[in-house]
Amino acid sequence: MHVPDGFLDVPTSVGTAVVAATGVGLALRGARRELDDRTAPLAGLVAAFVFAAQMLNFPVGAGTSGHLLGGALAAVLVGPWTATLSIAVVLLVQGLLFADGGLTALGTNVTLMGLVGVWTGWLVFRTVQGLLPKRVSMVVPAAAVAAFVSVPVAALAFTGLYAVGGQAPIPLGSLATAMLGWHTLIGLGEAAITGLVVSAVVAVRPDLVHGARRVLATRKLVVVRPERDEVAA
Amino acid sequence: MRRVSTRALVVTGVLLTLLLAGVVSFYASSHPDGLNYVAEKVGFSGAAKPHASDGSPLSGYATRGVTDHRLSRGVAGVIGVVVVGLLFTGLTWALRRRRGDEPGGSTSPDAADRERDGSTPVGR
Repeated sequence: MHVPDGFLDVPTSVGTAVVAATGVGLALRGARRELDDRTAPLAGLVAAFVFAAQMLNFPVGAGTSGHLLGGALAAVLVGPWTATLSIAVVLLVQGLLFADGGLTALGTNVTLMGLVGVWTGWLVFRTVQGLLPKRVSMVVPAAAVAAFVSVPVAALAFTGLYAVGGQAPIPLGSLATAMLGWHTLIGLGEAAITGLVVSAVVAVRPDLVHGARRVLATRKLVVVRPERDEVAA
Repeated sequence: MRRVSTRALVVTGVLLTLLLAGVVSFYASSHPDGLNYVAEKVGFSGAAKPHASDGSPLSGYATRGVTDHRLSRGVAGVIGVVVVGLLFTGLTWALRRRRGDEPGGSTSPDAADRERDGSTPVGR
């Protein structure tokens, strides 16, 4: 979903650049609360993984492909603020070194993938997590649903931006329909990859998964009780 | 499943990531992605302007000077993984909360792992 230079007009691109810069500024502060000596090593890996996964376009039919956006995945693994920063760094490197995603569209791409993708993913994740049983294993389906929803929402956000500052006159209805349709399919791939990666990390180190902290804190009470009984006996 | 150390997890993850970018990426679909496909079909792909970094040594995930397509994309992918990984690790390392402010009181992640491995494996 890397927007090239020229799709959106200058005022819209400046607007998204301001939004993106504000978001990244807030994320620089917010990420401090998410990162400590224990979780920082995973964050670099998550950013590198998102870069690698974005090279892996998977076919979605009719000559179209999709790739992981990674916002929901990063948010669940390392927290939404750190996720926003990681996606911004991935997009910066892609734009500067690999000519992927326009440089004047960097703000647009950070807004779509680093803000809309990440925060839609995170909010859906927390909502689904609240509805499911409070178990660590539930982190995986919650992350998959969050990943699925984040892609069409980001596609709709692009449609909205195009409605404001699109450079070529096109019927917006067909743009919305096409974006939503294809990105719903891509969302299925996003959900599959996100579910797979989150389940792998949850299986070996649930304590490092940001989205699992709440349920782990609950589990701790269950574990402590038998120890007290042993002391009494 | 057996609990693994942070180091083992990160090393495994880095190797897997390098494998994906360096080898598997060659087999990725070369069809346009959702946005580019829609742009072609709906009719605004012509609005795209040439990229300022077109013609740069890694432009389009191809390494300039490497004629073998497989190797060209693989090298570009590995460079990208290393650059993104180092940049973001540096950033998070600078931003992270540190354990204790007293001199000599800072604990490395591995020491923290050992510290916790002796106790019940639960999160904080």
